[in-house]
Amino acid sequence: MKLRLKIWRQPNATEKGKFATYDMDNVSPEMSFLEMLDSLNGTLVEKGEMPVAFEHDCREGICGSCGLYINGHPHGPQKLATTCHLYMRVFRDGQTIVVEPWRARPFPVIRDLIVDRTSLEKILVAGGYISVDTGQAAESNTTKIQKENADESYDSAVCIGCGACVAACKNASAMLFVSAKVSQFALLPQGKVEAKRRVQRMVARMDELGFGNCTNSYACEAECPKGIKITNIARMNREFWKAKVCGQKTV
Amino acid sequence: MTKLDSKIPQGPLAEKWTHYKEHARLVNPANRKKLDIIVVGTGIAGSSAAATLGEMGYNVKVFCYQDMPRRAHSVAAQGGINAAKNYKNDGDSVFRLFYDMIKGGDYRSREANVYRAAEVSNASIDQLVAQGVPFAREYGGTLANRSFGGVQVSRTFYAQGQTGQQVLLGCYSGLCRQVDLGTVTMYPRRDVLDIVVIDGKARGVVARNLVTGVIERHAAHAVVLATGGYGTIYYLSTLAVNSNATAAWAAYKRGAFFGNPSFVQIHPTSLPVLNEYQSKLTLMSESLRNDGRIWVPKDKEDKRHPNHIPEEDRDYYLERRYPAYGNLVPRDVGSRAAKERCDAGYGVGPTGLSVYLDFKDAIQKQGKKAIAAKYGNLFELYHRVTGSDPYEEPMRIYPAGHYTMGGLWVDYGLMTTINGLFAIGESNFSDHGANRLGASSLMQCAGDGYFILPYTLSDYLAAEIRTPHIATDDKAFEEAEKNVTGRIDKLMKVNGRKTALSFHKRLGNIMWNHCGMARNEEGLKKAYDMVEELEKEFWKDVRIPGTPNELNQELEKAIRIADFFGLAKLMITDALDRKESCGAHFREESQTGSGEAQRIDSTYSYVAAWEYTDEAGTPVLHKEPLVFENVELKERSYK
Ligand SMILES: Cc1cc2nc3c(=O)[nH]c(=O)nc-3n(C[C@H](O)[C@H](O)[C@H](O)COP(=O)(O)OP(=O)(O)OC[C@H]3O[C@@H](n4cnc5c(N)ncnc54)[C@H](O)[C@@H]3O)c2cc1C
Ligand code: FES
Repeated sequence: MKLRLKIWRQPNATEKGKFATYDMDNVSPEMSFLEMLDSLNGTLVEKGEMPVAFEHDCREGICGSCGLYINGHPHGPQKLATTCHLYMRVFRDGQTIVVEPWRARPFPVIRDLIVDRTSLEKILVAGGYISVDTGQAAESNTTKIQKENADESYDSAVCIGCGACVAACKNASAMLFVSAKVSQFALLPQGKVEAKRRVQRMVARMDELGFGNCTNSYACEAECPKGIKITNIARMNREFWKAKVCGQKTV
Repeated sequence: MTKLDSKIPQGPLAEKWTHYKEHARLVNPANRKKLDIIVVGTGIAGSSAAATLGEMGYNVKVFCYQDMPRRAHSVAAQGGINAAKNYKNDGDSVFRLFYDMIKGGDYRSREANVYRAAEVSNASIDQLVAQGVPFAREYGGTLANRSFGGVQVSRTFYAQGQTGQQVLLGCYSGLCRQVDLGTVTMYPRRDVLDIVVIDGKARGVVARNLVTGVIERHAAHAVVLATGGYGTIYYLSTLAVNSNATAAWAAYKRGAFFGNPSFVQIHPTSLPVLNEYQSKLTLMSESLRNDGRIWVPKDKEDKRHPNHIPEEDRDYYLERRYPAYGNLVPRDVGSRAAKERCDAGYGVGPTGLSVYLDFKDAIQKQGKKAIAAKYGNLFELYHRVTGSDPYEEPMRIYPAGHYTMGGLWVDYGLMTTINGLFAIGESNFSDHGANRLGASSLMQCAGDGYFILPYTLSDYLAAEIRTPHIATDDKAFEEAEKNVTGRIDKLMKVNGRKTALSFHKRLGNIMWNHCGMARNEEGLKKAYDMVEELEKEFWKDVRIPGTPNELNQELEKAIRIADFFGLAKLMITDALDRKESCGAHFREESQTGSGEAQRIDSTYSYVAAWEYTDEAGTPVLHKEPLVFENVELKERSYK
C-alpha cells in the first residue's frame, strides 16, 4: 500500500510543533500501525533524522502506553482496539493518515506524539486504593462476593489508563477513568469503608488538575479501547452525592 | 574472590522460614525513617516491595522507565497466579506446590527458596483480594481456580485472561497509597544505567532522565532490583518490547554474580511469526490448553483446511506422547514437542512453523458461551492480530521466548553477591530452576515483594542504622557517572548507518537459532563468534541521531542492545558449560532414547553463578551445589 502520513512533530514541551508529511510506498496490510511507524522511523534514522517519538511497550493492548490520535479518533478508526492493535488492513491504498498526540490541557506534549499523562496517576494517588497493610488481610474465602458483583467490578477494573477517554472528550473530562476506579471498589465489600472519602478526594483532585466536566456526549465510551461503560459515571455520581449528603468532611 | 554462600537457614524444610523470621534482626520504627531504599522496577515484584517497605516507614525511591508504574511488563501476564489454598480439596498443599515446582524446574533450584515461595503464596492471594483485586469467583461467592501445565491440581487464581493486569494494579494501588502518605517517591521515565558501590556496599544508582537526558545520581542505604527478565534478547518474544537486561547487567559488571543465564523458557503457545515486520509475538495463555487440543496432520502432505481434516488423520501428539498430562505438559516439554513435529515436516501454515490449537471439541461439549466466558478476550485478541476466528477454525501457534529463569544470583535473603544489593521477581534466578511452571512467576513476584524482602532487607538494614544519609558526591558516584556518560558518548560518536533495531533483530536471530529451544556444542560455538562479530559491527555502524540531552528513543534502544551482546555471550558460555539437558535447557547431545531431556545429576547438580572479570576476559564460574534433602531426584516424566 501507498500512504501519506501527516504527523505532528514537536521537539519538546516548550517549542512549537507542526505537521510533517511523509510518503510511504511499501506498507503491508499485515503490519500493525506501530510497526508501520517503526518502518518509517528506520528510514528516518538511516537518513540521520530524528525518528517520530511515540510511546509503546507491551504491544498487545494491555499496558496503556500507546495512544495516538489517528484521523480524528483516539487509537484510530477501529473500535475496541488500542493503537498497537490497529492493523494497516483497515486503511485504503493511497489514503492520507493524520497522526497527532492526545490533545488535552492536563496532558502536555513531551515530544512529537508523547504526552505526559501522569495527571491520571495523581488522581489515583488521591484515593484509588483500599487501605490495607501487608499481612493484615483475612483468609480470602471468609468474605463471599457475589459472582455478578465480582464480574462487574472486573469489567470496570480493566481500564488500562491510556487516556483515550480524555482525548476523546471535548471538555477533556476524566470522568470515565475516575468512575471506573470508583466503581471497581464500590462494587466490592472491601471498598466500602473508604468509599465516601475516596470519591470525594478523587473528584476534587481531578478538578484541581484541570480536567473538564462531563456533559454527556458519550465520546469517551465510544472511543475506549477496553469498552469501559458510561454507567460507571452514573454510579460515581451516586457515590459522590451519597458522600455529600452524609456530610463526609475528609476531603 | 567472593565466596558463594547461599545462607540457607538450618532446620527442617518446613521450619526454615519461620526460624529465619524469628531470628532476623529488626529495625525499630523510629530508625526506619532515617533509612533510604531504592527500588528499581515497578512490576508486581517492585511495586509490592516498595509499597510494603513504605508502609513499614522506610524512605523509598522507586524507578521505572515507563511514564507510570502501572505499565510495567507484569501488566501483560494473562493466565493466573498460583497458591496452595487447596480450595478445590484436590489434595493440594504447600508441600505439593513446592514439589511440583522442584520437579517442574527439573531439580535445578534450591529447595529452601522454593519451599518458602510456596509457603507465602496463600498470604499473597489474601493480600491481593483485600486490596480489591477482582479475581474470578464461583456462584457461591468463593474464589475460582483453574489448572495449569505440569500439575494435577487446580490452584491457579485468575481474572479472566488479564490476571497480571489486575494483580499489578492491586500492587500499584498500594504504591499510590504510599505516595499519598509520603513514604514513597516515584521516579518514572528513568533508565537506571549503573549501580554505585561504596566500600563493598550498594549505595545508589546512576540514572538517565529519559525526558531531559540529564544523568542523575540517587543514593540509598540499600538498592533493590526488580527489573524483570531479558527474554527480549531474542528480539521477537512475548515480553513487552522495551524489557531489557541493562540494570542487571550493570550489577553483574559491578560484582553481582549471574545465575544460570542460559535458562530461558520458550513458551509453547504464542502466535507464530507471521511476517518480517513483526515486532512482537503475542502470547496465547497457557490456560487455553485446559480446553484446547494441540495437533498436526498425520500426513506431511495433507494440505487440507484444518476443519476438513477428519479425526483419524490428526495427530494429537501431546496426548499421544504424554497420556498422563496430555495437553497440559510443562512448557519446555510442550515447546520441544512442537519443534520436533515442525522440524520433521509436519508443521502447518505458510511457513510450516506452527501447529494447531483446536477448540472444536470444547465448544461442542461446553457450548460457545462457556468457552467465551473463559477465553473471550484471548479469542478476540487472536482474531484481531491474525484475522482468523478461533471459534470457527483452530488457532495456529508456535513456541516463543517468554521467561528467564536465569538472573542475578541471590542468597536465601534475596541479596546478590554485592552487599546491600537485592534482586527480586524475574530479575533473580532463584525459584524456578531450569523451567518455570505456569502462574508461578506472579506468585513469586508477589511473595518476594510482600512477604520475603521486607524481612530480609530489614535484617540487612539493622546494621545500617548508624549510617547517615549517603552523599552523592562520593568518588564512587563520580566514577559511575563517568562510566555512564562515557558509554553514551561512545555510542553517539559511532555515527554509522544502521539502526539499533536492525542489530537487535540480527542478534535475536542468532540466539533463537543456536541458544533457544535446542542447543549443541557446535552451534553454540558458532553463535559465540557470530555475536562477537555483530557486536563489533554495532560499535562501528550503529546510527543514533540527535543528542543525548533530549528525549532520544534511539539512544535508549542502543544502550540496551549494547548490553545484550555481553549477556548473549554469557548465555552461550553458560549453555556450553552445561553439557546435560535439564528443563528448558536442551543440549541435543544429552537426550533419552525417546527424545526427552537427559539430566546428568552426578556432574551438573549445581547453580552456575558467573563472575564478571573484565570486558575482554572470560567470566569465572562458581558452582553452588544443589542439595536435595526432601525430594528424590527422578527422571521427570509426564507420561
Ligand atoms: C505475555 C506474558 C504472560 C505471562 N503470564 C503469566 C501468568 O499468567 N502467570 C505468571 O505467573 N507469570 C506470567 N508471566 C510472567 C510474568 O508476567 C513475569 O515474570 C513477571 O510479571 C515479572 O515481574 P517483575 O515484577 O519481576 O518485573 P516486570 O513486571 O518485568 O517489571 C520490570 C520493571 O523494571 C523496570 N526496569 C527494568 N529495567 C530498568 C532500568 N534499567 N531502569 C529503570 N527501570 C527499569 C521496568 O520499568 C518495570 O517497571 C507472563 C509473561 C508474559 C511475557
Ligand atoms: S503498547 Fe501496550 S497497550 Fe499498546
